[in-house]
Amino acid sequence: MNTRTSAVRIGLVYPELLGTYGDRGNAIVLVERCRWRGIPAELVEVRADETIPDSLDIYLFGGGEDDPQLIAADGMRASRDAIVRAHAGGAAVLAVCAGFQLVGHRYEAADGAVLDGIGLIDMVTRPGPNRLIGEVVVEPSASVHWGAAGPPARLTGFENHGGRTTLGPGVEALGRVVAGGGNGDGAGGDGALAERFVGTYLHGPVLPRNPGLADRLLAWVVAPNGGRLPELPSPLEERLRSERLRVGSAGPLRSWYQARRLARG
Amino acid sequence: MTRRTTRTRVAVSAGRAAGLASRLTGRGQGATISGRVMNLISPKLLAELAADQRVVLVSATNGKTTTTRLLTAALEAAGRPGEGPAVVSNSTGANLTSGIAPTLARSRGPGIAVLEVDERVLARVVDPLAPELLVLGNLSRDQLDRFGEVHAVGDKWRAVAEAHPDLAIVANASDPHVVWAATPAKVTWVALGLRWRQDAATCPSCGSLLDWSVDRFDCRACGFAQPDAQHRLTKDALVVEGRTVPLDLALPGEWNRYNAALAIVAATTHFGIEPDVAARAMAEVRSVAGRFMRIPLGDGREATVILAKNPAGWTEALRHVAAHVDAGVVVAVNAHVADGKDPSWLWDVPYEALAGHPTAAAGERRLDVAVRLRYAGVEHAIELDPIVAARALDSDDVSIIASYTQFSALYRKHR
Repeated sequence: MNTRTSAVRIGLVYPELLGTYGDRGNAIVLVERCRWRGIPAELVEVRADETIPDSLDIYLFGGGEDDPQLIAADGMRASRDAIVRAHAGGAAVLAVCAGFQLVGHRYEAADGAVLDGIGLIDMVTRPGPNRLIGEVVVEPSASVHWGAAGPPARLTGFENHGGRTTLGPGVEALGRVVAGGGNGDGAGGDGALAERFVGTYLHGPVLPRNPGLADRLLAWVVAPNGGRLPELPSPLEERLRSERLRVGSAGPLRSWYQARRLARG
Repeated sequence: MTRRTTRTRVAVSAGRAAGLASRLTGRGQGATISGRVMNLISPKLLAELAADQRVVLVSATNGKTTTTRLLTAALEAAGRPGEGPAVVSNSTGANLTSGIAPTLARSRGPGIAVLEVDERVLARVVDPLAPELLVLGNLSRDQLDRFGEVHAVGDKWRAVAEAHPDLAIVANASDPHVVWAATPAKVTWVALGLRWRQDAATCPSCGSLLDWSVDRFDCRACGFAQPDAQHRLTKDALVVEGRTVPLDLALPGEWNRYNAALAIVAATTHFGIEPDVAARAMAEVRSVAGRFMRIPLGDGREATVILAKNPAGWTEALRHVAAHVDAGVVVAVNAHVADGKDPSWLWDVPYEALAGHPTAAAGERRLDVAVRLRYAGVEHAIELDPIVAARALDSDDVSIIASYTQFSALYRKHR
């Protein structure tokens, strides 16, 4: 994929199962940020009764409720080889919440059911004592995986999950949790970061709120080998990101003050 | 009234005083605080207040306030003045246990109480209120951060039907969650159709993927399927007991035809009201607790206020406004507890339909709205106040589509 001749194929996997938290937004943002740069892009929806092809450039796995997550896990396992092959061949993966849990080895649900994931990332998820719900701020890891552009700016999102994810030895977190829960296993991180892979608990959805992260994912497939994407000014998205950073980083008192400010404009 | 104990009478008086104080100090409409005080003083209050009422409970994710209002209109029209039962109803949308008590306390002797109940509260009030009819509309994602998954609400409803197999229910046959919940009781089905299916992908009974290929749901794994309905909504009318009833509503939008269809079937099959009489009474209703009210913009124009709380509601509201080519739209969104604190649902709504319409992003979360509109290819202004935003739109037909707390602020100010 060093020289692209075809449109970037952005795959929204199982939107009817893994789409509870506006996850379609991540796909919309990737497609539009390509098109605004004059790069042809195409949104490919993989329906729940279809096999996941190995021909996509970016795979998006989103958040979902328990029953749908169970069915999604079956489908992802059945298509495991295609996903692993595509990823090894240059495709990028963004896995959020339920979708993130399923790229690991195993997910234990709150009711004791054990769900096998696809083992793309060395990690396991267990049920926690409570749901982690609220704004999250994450400082991205300084990792080689980001490529030439380096890590994106601080990430903001909204989490809503009961799982606690433990990364295997040597697996990097997406970043350090500045505010909120994240993986919630006591290690202080959120998500996972690997070559052309981002996993996270951040909704919002995460890419509309963090255009820098969207552009890292795109650069991995559009400009591999250390290339950079053409600049795309995003003042509106940055205004939203700084507003959410202020609200998300604030303690209880500051948070009350921020809410008053929001209401007054 | 005779069956009310002293304790309950004291509770009602104290609650009314609290409600009056709330209204006088401008803190609220008084229903909720008044009910809280009543419930606190007399725990058996709901059961006592409901004892001489024929109780109907209406619940759904979307449309419960309007369905309640429409059914009340039909019952009031059918009763002759001075005769027939009096009807009480919580028409302000105060639908938690605290909102129900003051409504029942208003009844002056035996009558009918048509009560809207929050979908997550329904299971708790069925025993004290002993309803003779439930009217169940739809279930879809709403305030996920606060209430959790849709399936869990459906399961709670089902427990009610299992515990009361003789209870009469009028239910939407096209929503798998509603069908799953109502089936154990005595159900009258109405086929309304279901356009928002993103919460209806899996079978509520066994968790397998539902087949929607022929526009009705069917589970290949366990046989759970859309029931055949005695009554159905067609493109132009409602077919009830084999008779075609035209729906010429003053209330706008396809979704209000669903609400009216449910209400007419309840009025006809349960209360024996002629469907034409019910439909005529509903046709007169213009605004329901601020929904669809018109607010003057101060320059000779008026804006219509539409409440949209979740992606299913938004999808219907957008279809309505986008059908008018020149319609201006203010998208007014907050993310307080009552709105849901996570506005990620904005990305489930097909705002692309607004392209070409004069549009504004408003409310405390206007930046989330603005980013969504930018990616939908919709040019827009950004303004905190929805009225200021509406004034600036170049359109003679402006709608303010508002999330719950944006809506209730407008209602309080302009009622």
